[in-house]
Amino acid sequence: MLPYLIKRLGSLIVSLLVASLVIFACIEVVPGDPASFMLGINAQPDTVDALREELGLNQTIAQRYMSWITGLLTGDMGTSYTYRSPVSDIVADRLQVSLPLALYALALTVLVAFPVGVLAAARRGSATDLSVMGVTQLGIAVPNFWFAILMVIVFAINLGWFSAGGFPGWDAGFFAGLKALTLPAVALALPQASILARVMRSSLLDTLSEDYIRSARAKGLTKRQVMWRHALRNAMIPVLTIIGLQFSFLLAGAIIIENVFFLPGLGRLVFQAITQRDLIVVESVVMLLVFAVILVNFLVDLAYAWVDPRLRARS
Amino acid sequence: MSLLSIQDLSLSIHGTPILDRVSIDIEPGEVCGVIGESGSGKSLTAFSVMQLLPDGAVCSGAIRLAGTDILQADEQALCNMRGKTVGMVFQEPMTALNPVQTIGQQVAETIRIHRKTSRAEAMALAAESLARCELPQDRFPLSRYPHELSGGQRQRVVIAMAIALRPKLLIADEPTTALDVTTQAEILSLLKQLVTEDGMGLMLITHDLAVVTDIADHIVIMKTGEVVERGRAETLHREMQHPYTKALFEASTHQPETAGQIEDTVLLSVKNVVRDYTGARTSLFAKPTPFRAVNDVSFNLHKGECLGLVGESGCGKSTLTRAILGLDDIQGGSIKLNGLDVHADESARQQMQVVFQDPYGSFNPRHKVGRLVSEPFFRLGRQATDDEIADSLISVGLKATDQDKYIHEFSGGQRQRIAIARALIIKPDLIILDEAVSALDVSIRAQILDLLAELSSERGLTYLFITHDLTVVKAIADRVLVMQGGQIIEQGETETVFSAPQQDYTKKLIAAAPELPSLEGVSA
Amino acid sequence: MAETGFLKSAVRSRNLMLGLALTSVFAIAALVSLIWTPYDVTVLDIASKLKSPSAEHLFGTDHFGRDTFSMVMVGAQTSIAVAFIAVGIGIGLGVPLGLAAAANRGGWLDEVIMRGNDLVFAFPSLLIAIMITAVFGPSAVNAIIAIGIFNIPVFARLSRGAALPLWTREFILSARVAGKGATRISAEHILPNITNLLIVQGTIQFSLGILAEAGLSYVGLGAQPPTPSWGRMLAESQTLISIAPHLALFPGFAILLTVLGLNLAGDGLRDLLDPRIRRTGR
Repeated sequence: MLPYLIKRLGSLIVSLLVASLVIFACIEVVPGDPASFMLGINAQPDTVDALREELGLNQTIAQRYMSWITGLLTGDMGTSYTYRSPVSDIVADRLQVSLPLALYALALTVLVAFPVGVLAAARRGSATDLSVMGVTQLGIAVPNFWFAILMVIVFAINLGWFSAGGFPGWDAGFFAGLKALTLPAVALALPQASILARVMRSSLLDTLSEDYIRSARAKGLTKRQVMWRHALRNAMIPVLTIIGLQFSFLLAGAIIIENVFFLPGLGRLVFQAITQRDLIVVESVVMLLVFAVILVNFLVDLAYAWVDPRLRARS
Repeated sequence: MSLLSIQDLSLSIHGTPILDRVSIDIEPGEVCGVIGESGSGKSLTAFSVMQLLPDGAVCSGAIRLAGTDILQADEQALCNMRGKTVGMVFQEPMTALNPVQTIGQQVAETIRIHRKTSRAEAMALAAESLARCELPQDRFPLSRYPHELSGGQRQRVVIAMAIALRPKLLIADEPTTALDVTTQAEILSLLKQLVTEDGMGLMLITHDLAVVTDIADHIVIMKTGEVVERGRAETLHREMQHPYTKALFEASTHQPETAGQIEDTVLLSVKNVVRDYTGARTSLFAKPTPFRAVNDVSFNLHKGECLGLVGESGCGKSTLTRAILGLDDIQGGSIKLNGLDVHADESARQQMQVVFQDPYGSFNPRHKVGRLVSEPFFRLGRQATDDEIADSLISVGLKATDQDKYIHEFSGGQRQRIAIARALIIKPDLIILDEAVSALDVSIRAQILDLLAELSSERGLTYLFITHDLTVVKAIADRVLVMQGGQIIEQGETETVFSAPQQDYTKKLIAAAPELPSLEGVSA
Repeated sequence: MAETGFLKSAVRSRNLMLGLALTSVFAIAALVSLIWTPYDVTVLDIASKLKSPSAEHLFGTDHFGRDTFSMVMVGAQTSIAVAFIAVGIGIGLGVPLGLAAAANRGGWLDEVIMRGNDLVFAFPSLLIAIMITAVFGPSAVNAIIAIGIFNIPVFARLSRGAALPLWTREFILSARVAGKGATRISAEHILPNITNLLIVQGTIQFSLGILAEAGLSYVGLGAQPPTPSWGRMLAESQTLISIAPHLALFPGFAILLTVLGLNLAGDGLRDLLDPRIRRTGR
């Protein structure tokens, strides 16, 4: 187990390093002079010089990269040029919306997909199975931001059950906050739950055709017992992979969905930063999101080892 | 009354008839061998008894097990019966166990499904059952996972699972087909011992007639869904009536006519060959420990000779084959064909070809036969002419027009002929036969061996015959090499090695190889 | 013989036929819009703005009085072109990388390619688009690059995974005995045997590409005005949903049906081409 853990941890660190290099190169090296890029062509030379000073552009590229990284490690992401406040403060503020939204959507995805997938696999070929396959086919094809707009038309404008957008803040109470995140979370979860339910179903069906399932049946287990005791845990291995991948899609999707519902999350922050050419914010937020994706995949690898003893043994 | 009585069992799957009025009886304590080639319906007969049939299967007739008619029983009754009254062992031990559960859990599950016992009690019984299958607790604790065991050990776990509740009937479906010959002998004697101890009935299903003759009381022979012959094991070869049975016996003990002229010239010379693999790293920083797969192997192969190379899986024979073909580098020694080094001299490799085991995996399914058989011409830098392709196909008993077909239009035996045609087409001196008949049914195998013998005498071909199957070597090889742990431990004339083996391992191999009673003196 | 049998089962596959029908509707709409649309989408007609669907304007008009039906037709061009080129990038770069990794299985090249793949997977296409846009500004080309880059590891992984078991097959050994090198074997023996998989995955990535393009255009990172695109039509409709909900409906349905069509076609093809399903019992 320990060698596996160390190897995974090693590759986590390497991935983070390379990702940070790629992001740094894209944002700070490719544009040439970030300061004049951020200020536009009409900027006064001395304003540009001041910004260059502030950004530390007079240092070498290596020095700038090192100070960016040490800053990230100590929680200092620099100061936003447009907001004139520390990026880490802004990000922490926005995370209070984005993180709960992603977790809410993930929870919905898993809670819907698992039972539906198991049910469809257990009743393969039945009317239940066919309708699950049909509905999930639609769920995958629906663009989630359009589904979000439709939900706004129905539930906010016509029925008035939810507000059409905005976020009252957690100060307004847990349930008020949760309610404001419900439509966005449903919109995010719909395609992902559809995909996951189908993966769950097909993975279970694959597992159910394995030899050891036949061995278990030969011991006298009923179909139901075989499903719970033998099939589910083995079927989880590909399902975990998909959940890991889905997390990054949820993050990316959240960036768009936050725009539909005018939620003050990281996604909105990034878009505002792009329009205002605030590269410092873009750089740090992208790094943060990539870090989240890599971290989740690391956790998925750990979950593999928990599910599959063969991985624990392999060094 | 019989323990198991199958009467007029017919089975169809989605309307396709599979079994036709099969009747088999097994008494308590009796071993019944059910024999047939692939597609004979022998396995589905077993699965009918367990009622673990694929979707769309419909049975008619009657199956009585210990007095209950299985075909009339409901699913709950069947679940109560499976594992308790009847246990089953499967062909593929590598996949028959759940990879994420310990062996203790899996054996104990049989007990806990049928008996109200505590977890600890079930585990104790599981330990006992594993010990009966020669997996003692001090070496194979309950907490082992399947991937930590070898194929033979896993098969013992599967058997322990099946016999944990001392069922009245044990069904073993090709239990040793995936195993090496020495392991096969051990598993067979374990089964025999368990039958004697518990007074169980055993239904032993196999394609290999020789496997059952030693341990079966009765033998049932099946062909295309029907029982064609039945009788007592020790007398069957004398009393058999059906032509299929006779063909089966003859094919199993088939001796092709070898009339090839062995010359004194050395065609292939293998000298002190060493082949190392970079082993797995034990940790990130440790140097990988090399694994020596072939260790100081030397032998000569004379022109016109058929040399058998025998060994069990993992002995290094496949690695040696790849080295001789020049596919992998060697770390020491030399391999010379007609005096040319196969690793240094491109032209040496033009003088040998190879035929592989798997008639289904040996061909690119997207190419036509003509293109497939002419592939060796790539090394000669030219295309094969139509005449050359036609010649090679005709020489293996196929038609010239077959070159426009795709490989899926041919049977396993025909594919192996095509593989031989591919090897012959550039008229090599040496053909390496790597388990070339191992995947074939016994009657087809005899035909292919005949073809090889015929080609050898016609064209003065030299064969290096690599196999795990001693009967094949005995039938075709002039001389035999025995390989174990990367080394050649014994070599000599086939006759001599088989009649007077020198090494313990060779003795064990020969003793383990199942053998049929001689047909001599039996009127055909 | 085999060909006609294939066509017959293709026609019998309901998924495939429905999927192909839906996909062709939009492909034809895109092609026709190149030479003809009911109304010119570049001409603004403020007098007839925000009209509901009618015989005159099947899908109604937008806030500039442009015909939504014509806009949806032209929008199909953008979506299909972006997604198609992005799949092309994915296959063109990903498949050779995957095949090279498989040919070098266990070696350093394999390791580098696979780690590179993992790295790209950590950047969802939206993040790539954000980075490109932050530096170069938004455009349809950037959308293509962002989606295309994300497609590369998808195809690399798929072709490596499919090629690995093939490399252990005996017909590959035979080819090596015949003296063929890794590149030649990959092209001659491996590639033809993984084409089915690539076609199926290609349709799936195509549909994902259309979704991604719509998402990027919706947030303003894709095709820029005046090029019509489904995603931006939806973005523009959003401020008007209470007075003209039809503006949000039609482009959305266009995306939904195109993606659905491609997915159904992909499923149908997989059932048709997957040997595990076509294989008849032993």
